Amino acid sequence: MASACCPCVHVMTFVFSQNIPISSHGKHLGFACGPGDILVYETLYKQSGASGSCSSFIHEVRKDEEIHSPILRKLFNESHHIFVGLQTIQEEIPSKNKKSQFVSISKNYRSVIRACIEELQQVAVNTKDSAVCTQYGNQVSILLAIELIWNLCEVLFIDAVGALLLHLLDWVRLHKGDVDEKATHVLQSESPAEHRDYWDVVVGYVLQGRLEEVRQLLVKQATLQPAARNMFKLMDNLLSKMPFYNPGGTQTPTDFDVKWRHWHEEVDRCLQDNSFASNPHLELIAKILVGDEDTLLEHKELVGTWYHFLVTRLLYCHPTVKSTELHFYAHSCMTMFLDPRSVPEALDSILLAAFEFDIHQVIKDCSIALNNWWFVAHLTDLLDHCQLLQSHNLHFGSNLREFLLLEYASGLFSHHSLWQLAVDYFDHCPEFGRVYLELQMERIPLDTERKALKVLRICEQRQMSEQVRSICKIMAMRALRNNRLGSALSWSIRAKDAAFATLISERFLQDYCSRGSFSDLDLIDNLGPAMLLSDRLTFLGKYREFHKLYGEKRFREAAKLLLSLMTAKIAPRSFWMTLLTDALPLLEQKEVCKAKHFKYKMAFKRGGTYWWLWEEDLEVTKVELLRLALARNLAMAIVNEGTVEV
Amino acid sequence: MESINAKYVSQKISKVRWRPVSLSSLQQPEIFATGSWDNEDNTVSIWTIGNNGISSLEEGFDGDPKPLCEHKHAGDVLDLQFLDQEKVITASSTGGVTILRYNNNNQALSVSHQWAKAHHYPCDNAPCTSVVCSSPEIVSVGEDGRIIVYRADQGGIIRTIENADSSTIHAVTYLRTTEILTVNSIGQLKIWDFRQQSNSPSQILSLSGDRAPLHCVDRHPNQQHIVATGGQDGMLCVWDVRQRNTPFSLMEAHSAEMWEVHFHPMNPDHLFTCSEDGSLLHWEISSPSDMPSFLQGGRNNSMVSRSAMAPAGGNQSLINAWLSGDSSKGRLETTHMLPSQTLSVNSLDVLGQCLVCGTDGEAIFVNRQIPV
Repeated sequence: MASACCPCVHVMTFVFSQNIPISSHGKHLGFACGPGDILVYETLYKQSGASGSCSSFIHEVRKDEEIHSPILRKLFNESHHIFVGLQTIQEEIPSKNKKSQFVSISKNYRSVIRACIEELQQVAVNTKDSAVCTQYGNQVSILLAIELIWNLCEVLFIDAVGALLLHLLDWVRLHKGDVDEKATHVLQSESPAEHRDYWDVVVGYVLQGRLEEVRQLLVKQATLQPAARNMFKLMDNLLSKMPFYNPGGTQTPTDFDVKWRHWHEEVDRCLQDNSFASNPHLELIAKILVGDEDTLLEHKELVGTWYHFLVTRLLYCHPTVKSTELHFYAHSCMTMFLDPRSVPEALDSILLAAFEFDIHQVIKDCSIALNNWWFVAHLTDLLDHCQLLQSHNLHFGSNLREFLLLEYASGLFSHHSLWQLAVDYFDHCPEFGRVYLELQMERIPLDTERKALKVLRICEQRQMSEQVRSICKIMAMRALRNNRLGSALSWSIRAKDAAFATLISERFLQDYCSRGSFSDLDLIDNLGPAMLLSDRLTFLGKYREFHKLYGEKRFREAAKLLLSLMTAKIAPRSFWMTLLTDALPLLEQKEVCKAKHFKYKMAFKRGGTYWWLWEEDLEVTKVELLRLALARNLAMAIVNEGTVEV
Repeated sequence: MESINAKYVSQKISKVRWRPVSLSSLQQPEIFATGSWDNEDNTVSIWTIGNNGISSLEEGFDGDPKPLCEHKHAGDVLDLQFLDQEKVITASSTGGVTILRYNNNNQALSVSHQWAKAHHYPCDNAPCTSVVCSSPEIVSVGEDGRIIVYRADQGGIIRTIENADSSTIHAVTYLRTTEILTVNSIGQLKIWDFRQQSNSPSQILSLSGDRAPLHCVDRHPNQQHIVATGGQDGMLCVWDVRQRNTPFSLMEAHSAEMWEVHFHPMNPDHLFTCSEDGSLLHWEISSPSDMPSFLQGGRNNSMVSRSAMAPAGGNQSLINAWLSGDSSKGRLETTHMLPSQTLSVNSLDVLGQCLVCGTDGEAIFVNRQIPV
């Protein structure tokens, strides 16, 4: 199990996961940056010498590998679930309960990170591919560092209570796992007290303040050395009497101080008396208990990190440390522990900023050090909810939380699958979230109807009517091109797009004119209320009804319908000729002749149509037939009625 | 109801299906298949929840689904069905229909047969939206409006109905061995009789008012004339196909598209629906007396409600509980089965006492003790 001593942090330059054989012979590369990727291509130009032909490929380089790792995807999904839950915490809960909720949410986030770490470690152990092993190993160390920082932030900022030291002790214990590992080996061996790691484990426990375990282990050693029994008894006594400060208890700080000083003096006396001189290990333990910094520094490999050193030092020198004093000690510990010539690593400066309670510095350093916005976005959001961030506006108007969430969500949108998570993040950015979402939604590639339906639902739920219209239009056009008129109609109904519905009806009518019969009768016969979407569509539906009536030989109703179609003026001009031609056989029908309405209206129409017929270039025979039929009909009408009313 | 936990699987799940268990054994289902969508490389995976006849509570078995094997799939998996114990059929967004063979012994999936561009437009691929089977026959439908019938054992296409629909056919189900029912995106149910040679449906049903596109359909396990449909507006409709043009009951179920509806195969008084709004509902018709509801007939007054119509020439005693469903009477109970709102629940399957569902939040939920 890797410890958090030497994490790998990626600086934000472009990290190529493999050497891409783009440029041959020193050719210049051109590139274009996208939201998540970079497109790189070979240009004609060379550094020196003549330029020649180049390869015609465009390469896509991914900046952020993590989004595409299958195990880390679980991190994104689970944390999304936690994020949404956090946003919906009720406002009416009293702040005390809210704090415990925030703490539990923080723990949730951390357990998700730890689950990922475990899984990555398992896969790294089981894989045979060394490149994959290294990659996963790197991811594990980054995640360990992230969890370390998050835990510290939780202790210092979110769960800030009086028992600072106890929480810091927990923090250190959680992140220094090798002591427990060694302890398991030692305890499982036949004679634990003689195991070579035995004293390392004991000292390790002392450094972490786990004195109960130390006592239990020392008992085993004591049985082996009956001669030194008194010494062990003395040590046991000292260990059992060490006071731990618990502000929630009945002890006041002054009481504790007195007790602690008393105990500290006792340990010091034992050291001065050389009570432990014969056993160097016990002497070492005593020196640690008394808080001797030099001893601690001599055993750097057992302490491990400067922050462990810090907590141990605080435990045994300044147990009542207040949070305001923390940064002094942090600074001095770091200086003492680390090699002065070495450059502090990113992790160290981040932790130091945390000890200084400079939240903004922590976030800033993390943003620079990591190549993915996940951590800073979620942590900042949680801290914002705890109202720990002063809202100062950034130059472009939104606050820090919103900026980070927007960046993270935009990064998610560049992923072919995780874009759905990003929608919820945009929803909770009050100022710019909607604008970003609108721009992104229009650019999602839509391969299947099912995906389009999901995208549309997202847009409709947020009243993004522009986007709904444009997506429906894209899908309808595609359907139209593939001759799926029913699909096209259903898309235009969804968008309530009357213009498109008109277009579709025109297609139907054109089909009818060219072929003499309707295609897709199942659609036209069953239009239902959708017919009212556009005039043309209504006309189509009614015209089909006319054909049906004619086919059923219900001529009177057919004639009435045809007349209403003509007078209602919803027929397209190009269709009037067809309508009149359809009227031809009806004019001859006996029943129709007897219908007064029909005759008068036809006569009225006649005047208007003749004008129009002269203007158009039409088949002569048709026109003649029409004129003949109309004339005969009018004649019959006159004969029947005796008068003509115009 | 035991608490239900999410298993995150790093792929958006579009379909889940239990592997059928033999009817004679009383075993609960153990193995299910999932299909993913919206990935660059989609997969069909087989999982186990490892019942092994041991109660999960005794051994402290965590009950998480464990992956057994997977197979790359070209295009989104738009539908998934088990043909029998070993073969799985998938419908792809590239228009292909594939039969995969699951080998229990060496835990591997392999392609047994593939019809690569079964659904297509003149110049493009058309997604195959749904597939249904009644061994050895398979029927698939797609966005191109085609209905295609295959024989799994002979590996060939026996019939194609071109231009069966001018809009997208979203789902298909068998009514009888020679009849299928399809639903499309203009809200019509069409019944096709394969004994007839003509390429037009024998019956078309739809709502008289606003017609929402229909996305899913399921037939009642015991009564062949009853189907339930769900569509874009989230309404659950139960139809009697012998009646024309009016569903027997119309219930508001979800606030967004309903993706799947399933009658429980053994207890059809229970129905399950899942939706884009992230909820999975369990519908239960409860009858006041101990007799099964479908045998109570006219003696039980609560069977007659405002929305019911007497079936044409039908026997009173066979009025199905669903057909007179009126939720305001309190006889219809609905329960949310998922702990909190998640992203869209795309698919569910129920067999015996086990329910499995998959979501767009890349999670699978398994519930082993549904109250049926």
